[in-house]
Amino acid sequence: MTDLGEGPDIDVAVIGGGPSGLAAATELKRRGIARVVVLEREPVAGGIPRHCGHPPFGWREFRRILTGPQYARKLVSAALKAGVEIRTDTSVAGIKPGPCLTLATPEGVRDITASRVIYATGVRETPRAARLVSGVRARGILNTGALQSLVYLEGRRPFLRPLIVGTELVSFSAIQTCRHAGIRPVAMIGEGATTVARWPAGLFPKLTGIPLHLQTRLVRINGGETVTSATVEGPDGQRDIPCDGVLLTGAFTPESGLGRSGHLQMDRGTGGPVVDQFGRCSDPRYYAAGNLLRPVETAGWSWQEGRETGLRVARDLVGTQPPAQRQIHVVTQEPLIRLVMPQRISLPLSPRGMEALQVRFTAPARGFIEVYADGALAWSKPVDVRPERRFLIPLAGLTESHTNVLELRFTK
Amino acid sequence: MNMDRRLAEETFDVAIIGGGVVGCAMARRFTLEGARVALLEKATDILDGASKANSAILHTGFDAPPDSLELACIQAGYREYLEVHEAMGLPLERTGAYVVAWTAEQEAALPEILRKAHDNGVPDAVLVDAASLRAAEPHLSTQARAAIHIPGESLIDPWSAPHAYLQQALDNGARVFVDCEVTGGAFADGGWSLETSRGRLEARHVINCAGLYGDLLDRNLLGESRFTITPRKGQFVVFDKAASTLATAIILPVPTARTKGIVLFRTVFGNLAVGPTAEDQQSRTDASTDRETLQSLIDAGVGKIPALADMPVTAIYAGLRPACEFKEYRISETPDRNWITVGAIRSTGLSAALGIAQHVFGLYNRDGKGHRPIESPSVPQAARLAERFPRDWQEPDHGEIICHCEMVTRREIEAALQGPLAARSLAGLKRRTRATMGRCQGFYCSARLAGITDGHFKITLAPEVGDD
Repeated sequence: MTDLGEGPDIDVAVIGGGPSGLAAATELKRRGIARVVVLEREPVAGGIPRHCGHPPFGWREFRRILTGPQYARKLVSAALKAGVEIRTDTSVAGIKPGPCLTLATPEGVRDITASRVIYATGVRETPRAARLVSGVRARGILNTGALQSLVYLEGRRPFLRPLIVGTELVSFSAIQTCRHAGIRPVAMIGEGATTVARWPAGLFPKLTGIPLHLQTRLVRINGGETVTSATVEGPDGQRDIPCDGVLLTGAFTPESGLGRSGHLQMDRGTGGPVVDQFGRCSDPRYYAAGNLLRPVETAGWSWQEGRETGLRVARDLVGTQPPAQRQIHVVTQEPLIRLVMPQRISLPLSPRGMEALQVRFTAPARGFIEVYADGALAWSKPVDVRPERRFLIPLAGLTESHTNVLELRFTK
Repeated sequence: MNMDRRLAEETFDVAIIGGGVVGCAMARRFTLEGARVALLEKATDILDGASKANSAILHTGFDAPPDSLELACIQAGYREYLEVHEAMGLPLERTGAYVVAWTAEQEAALPEILRKAHDNGVPDAVLVDAASLRAAEPHLSTQARAAIHIPGESLIDPWSAPHAYLQQALDNGARVFVDCEVTGGAFADGGWSLETSRGRLEARHVINCAGLYGDLLDRNLLGESRFTITPRKGQFVVFDKAASTLATAIILPVPTARTKGIVLFRTVFGNLAVGPTAEDQQSRTDASTDRETLQSLIDAGVGKIPALADMPVTAIYAGLRPACEFKEYRISETPDRNWITVGAIRSTGLSAALGIAQHVFGLYNRDGKGHRPIESPSVPQAARLAERFPRDWQEPDHGEIICHCEMVTRREIEAALQGPLAARSLAGLKRRTRATMGRCQGFYCSARLAGITDGHFKITLAPEVGDD
């Protein structure tokens, strides 16, 4: 393989070789962009699905049901076939205007430039520390991502009888991973009155053999070097559940340290960069795609977002994407609304942008979602919202050319 | 346990009990002065007690008790660190500190703090007004009224420094025994026979550097202790690396009678942290954290630097300081039994360790022991973990980057698993390399680490399926 600095100029550098980054790169090549390079810090590209050794992946993309690793390999081979250069073991250590990227490879450090950058570093789960979990720092407290790479990539298991904290989609994926490795969770707990993922809670214990405790939160992890029990609090008060590990699932957060330490404007709600409807960051030569935009969607959704971002960047490079002359700011003060993305609408309007605002909520509630354009009610809909569920507000009709601010509100 | 088994054939001049920062500095000083030294640590790794968690500041002693031994040791330790750090490759960031007054009452206390600083031999301490403070620290809340600036307060690496001290001792002939708890001993014929969990060890002198267990060791081997340790827990919150741009200097509060209070400090690793709390407790091992306290630390941090509200938390930890009923260090001799106790090194151990070691060697050698200082001792190179040094990932042939958050290479991890001070636990590996100490806390690299460290740790991170 040629040195990155040799050969023609890089048109697009994609940071992150997961579903959205690979899809964006593949789409760019299909649209005739000459040099597209994916920068992947792991030894193998493919992203999180690589660690997720069970189905279902790939229906949206390939019309087949695949395991995570199979799906990851297909994404990589599609990208390579389209002419994408994939550079593994290549970390981006810093980003600057230009765009200029500082790369760290086993050969050392170097800077590269590219006409455009697509930032697609995905999400990870929130660890014990950032959750401010009380108790000890012991072996056997980990996230699903770490468990899955231990089980599927290394053939190891960090515990035998863990407590599973969380009821998101990934929490159920964690159960499949446990079963694969012969790990028998002692229980699953969730703070809500129902599971976050759509699951028939009543059937759960029968189907999995694992007790499910809803309206129950983790109070403290007990032990020393290893975990001995977890104190939980439910409708009947506090109690200790003996276990040898705690699996902290979900509570995804974008892997956005690069942007935060760099020059991009970040959004407190999503934890990712502030973007417009084209995924353009505050530096318009940087685009963002996939789960970095907001936690969290499926691999298939991220792949689709990556593909659309690839198309937008291709249009930008050939000059059919007009630069923003003005931006509408999308804001909210509502504590029930956890995030809204995109946070900017660039004017003049041009085709191929995101067609909806993506919204997530902090708690279950019933009422009306309202959008105010410069203080005047512009859109309203009765809703029954749940945390971690996607909610879309169509942008059509909300983006009048004179509008300055779109504000989201919620009334009961 | 076999009491007849000897841990080492030779009779050492000095047995140092406890491998915290004080014990490591002690081993170095005595070795360099020509003594035959054995350091005994009951845990699997050194720095496993009070020294595993602190605020990583090299203090000038501006606020230490005037005319105290503590002040003398801090200042001697500071001077020696300045002399040796470059040769050992140890970091030093002279950030300075501001003691910030947030209320009128605190502002009124500043002149007294300034006077004490000057009396303590810190002549460059100055009073600054709100405008100058804001110019230097623009992210500080506008509530700040005035401050004392102490230019000499600095950041150091709390782990690579003691590692380098002990490594220098080892390179020059000392020996270290881990997993080696002293369970008893007898003094006879001018020497000690120490019983340990790994066998018997003979030494003419003993220096008790047992930190959180210092009083218990004295009681067990001397029959009495002149102080009682009441561990004081300090919890800390570390923010995302992006937060390190929000402060340049160390932000200290106006201290209370009991504690130095909650500090905002950068680390040489490029983080910003807030802590510690001061919670007295009976347990000598319980370094657990609790959500309410951590949240109150975050709130305190945000109160002082409002932009911290947007910064994610990277890490939480707690340390135990060996506090006792006295404010002063408890350094005392039991000359008829060749024993020196170095107790209750509460919260300035990292700054003072090299100075304490000088002082204790002076006590030991008062009547002359005939040791000949080592001529041109070998000088170890510390692992380069500080952000401002060239890191290993920036050099070629490091293998690969394993921990992406802290940019830790395979070469660094493999090096930390070798040699007499090899890491034998994840905590030990973290202190030596910073692996898993970043924002993802092992989400991405735990599996790789489990593979690489297999067979090296006392407790395997994650056994292979079928092995457990």
